[in-house]
Amino acid sequence: MTATAAMPELRPWRGRPVIADPRVRWGLGIGFALYLAAAIGTIDVNWQRVWEGLDRGWAFLAAFGEPDFISRWRDISEGLIESLTMTVVSTALGIALSVPVALGAARNLAPLPVYLFCRGIITLSRSFQEVIVAILFVAMFGFGPFAGMLTLSFATIGFLAKLLAEDIEDIDRSQAEAIQATGGSWLQWLNYGIQPQVMPRLIGLSLYRLDINFRESAVVGIVGAGGIGATLNTAFDRYEFDTAAAILIIIIAIVMVAEYASGLIRQRVQ
Amino acid sequence: MPVTGEKGWQRRTTPVQLAVWFGWLLGVALFVWCWQTISAATTWFFVTDSPRVIADIGGRMFPPAWSYLDKLWQPMWDTINIATLGTLMAMFMAVPVAFMAARNTTPNAYVIRPLALLIIVSSRSINSLIWALLLVAIMGPGVLAGIFAISLRSIGFIAKLLYEAIEEIDHTQVEAIETTGAGRAQVMAWGIVPQIMPAFAGIMVFRWDINIRESTVLGLVGAGGIGLQLQSSLNVLAWPQVTVILVLIIATVLFSEWVSARVRHAII
Amino acid sequence: MLTLKALTKRYKTGDLALDSVDLEVARGQVVALIGPSGAGKSTMIRCINRLVEPSSGDVELDGEVITRLGAGGLRRARRRMGMIFQEYALVERLSVMENVLSGRLGYVGFWQSWFRRFPGTDIAEAYRLLQRVGLEDHYDKRADELSGGQRQRVGIARALIQDPALLLVDEPTASLDPKTSRQIMRLICELCAERELAAIINIHDVALAQLFVGRIVGLKSGRIVYDGPPDGLTPEVLTTIYGEEDWTLAKPGLSGGDTGGGSGEDERVAGAL
Repeated sequence: MTATAAMPELRPWRGRPVIADPRVRWGLGIGFALYLAAAIGTIDVNWQRVWEGLDRGWAFLAAFGEPDFISRWRDISEGLIESLTMTVVSTALGIALSVPVALGAARNLAPLPVYLFCRGIITLSRSFQEVIVAILFVAMFGFGPFAGMLTLSFATIGFLAKLLAEDIEDIDRSQAEAIQATGGSWLQWLNYGIQPQVMPRLIGLSLYRLDINFRESAVVGIVGAGGIGATLNTAFDRYEFDTAAAILIIIIAIVMVAEYASGLIRQRVQ
Repeated sequence: MPVTGEKGWQRRTTPVQLAVWFGWLLGVALFVWCWQTISAATTWFFVTDSPRVIADIGGRMFPPAWSYLDKLWQPMWDTINIATLGTLMAMFMAVPVAFMAARNTTPNAYVIRPLALLIIVSSRSINSLIWALLLVAIMGPGVLAGIFAISLRSIGFIAKLLYEAIEEIDHTQVEAIETTGAGRAQVMAWGIVPQIMPAFAGIMVFRWDINIRESTVLGLVGAGGIGLQLQSSLNVLAWPQVTVILVLIIATVLFSEWVSARVRHAII
Repeated sequence: MLTLKALTKRYKTGDLALDSVDLEVARGQVVALIGPSGAGKSTMIRCINRLVEPSSGDVELDGEVITRLGAGGLRRARRRMGMIFQEYALVERLSVMENVLSGRLGYVGFWQSWFRRFPGTDIAEAYRLLQRVGLEDHYDKRADELSGGQRQRVGIARALIQDPALLLVDEPTASLDPKTSRQIMRLICELCAERELAAIINIHDVALAQLFVGRIVGLKSGRIVYDGPPDGLTPEVLTTIYGEEDWTLAKPGLSGGDTGGGSGEDERVAGAL
């Protein structure tokens, strides 16, 4: 007992590093530092252009002080209505399409070929940024909100179906089995065994997606797929920062309202 | 066989049922009106003509011009750098904002917290492509505008998830550190930081993954990266090159998803 | 050594948690605080080190009025009051050693603690304490890998490394099984005896309090309704503290069923050693 009591002084203690193996630790650290150096080194900056731009930056910030809603109100209101209608239709359509895809992409429900097919759709939809999809759809379906609406619906599938499928895979098996044991059909089983378990999350995700779709609807217009983005793009091209500021303020306000409202609805659902 | 006096059952009471039906009616009406608005702004000839166009484009996209790949490495490197540097830059700005926004760590609940929340919602509401549009107008085209655009958009995302994580920490662990006589900074470093560290790392990797995807399009408005090549290929209708670009983007995105999944797995 | 003078706490909700409590605790004296849930036990302990800010009244430790200290003075005063928590309150993602050393945070600077460069004497003391509480082999484990009893031992080591004069112990056994509860209570009382520490132990389990502690204080609705030796807890007293119930069934001698009969005597002897 007395012998071990003297021991502690001999053992220094220096904290426990996150990565135990020193070689891996140093390797990762140095590798990351080298990458950062290379990445920063290859940035090509025209400092003079940046310097000249500072004035415009100030002008833009100042424009937030006195945004101009009036002079382009016609363009703004048209763009807004297009954005909002695109949001509503694409969210509804996206939900309707993602439910079957989600069922197919849940490993505990679907046979392997169906599973792989649905997972393929999800991966494809998630890999491409909305704007790239919008470019392709504009090429296929012509300019206007129809292409934008399709883009957002397609993006909604990737988002909603993936999260919903994961939720279905996590359900409580015993509840589903209990319904199976009553001898109901497959659809009845879905309706009584699965649906009640995933419904709150589906509603929450849908509201969240509604919010995202609105924000995205503001950018697909940049490539001609309708919505407020086109108006915004024009405003920036003409250096009409006061109009641009007005549009951005409207977008922020709508997102805030939507977030507040969806928070209230989600509380009611749970 | 209905027997009088026997109790019937329905899922909802009649008024509630009516309200639910009315809600659905409103929803459907809204949908129909929105659809008509879109329909009015659509040139239906292009839509009905689309099968032919799709077949046409599909035919032109193959075989892909694989030799074009040589010209894509540099833009792809830029794209990844925009995402990584943008995420790192956002991290340094988002952490203080998150601490100011969390109810339990904010220095002042009436002035600073609303201000932090306003920063978060403004940053989150505006897509990185719009930030890029703005920054290109201000500081000229190039990778730097892309990095700033990505980081401005990411601040809100990171700060929001982080402040929610901070609000969810176990307060007794913080109290335990307070009772040792530790100073404010020490309470943060020992009581709060270890608790939010896994969430923080997860958020960063998650956002980096999203940013890889976002930075592939920034070139469309001149903010650097592979979007520039996509834009110019589309302008000259060089569909075989477009195919190559799309394949490269998918490969990169899948790779970044794999990396982030690995890292998140290692943290938890 | 510790004196509470008319200590009162009224929460913002209007609930009066402490109603003008006076209490005197001498050096090396261990006090068990009993009472029903919501009687203000937890509030009282937290008012002493001002985790909860008292509404009025004074707390004095060795002549220093804790309730009038500024932020810096309070931090220095807190170093002399170790606290042990109900749910252990270890920082779960830190190692056992880091948790014990966190007790020294009031003594070292920020950057020193950030880079985990504690003085050698602190580290040696941490090892000694871990050995004393029987965890010397676990120092490099993460706190969330430990069992409940082990975590509470780390919590005790963390409180002791502060080199306190007073221990504030909040329901140390509420999350533990009966056997571990006894071990932990015995450990705390032994350590208080070894180091001449005063302690206020807030405890639900009356039998356990009677077994280990020499002075019992009963709290009801924020007022002290009993202060005396464990033997004085007659059914009548228990009724004043907790309300009507058949208390003869709860007396330690009679409740042999859950404590293991005659072993109660052995425990008392062991606790005194």
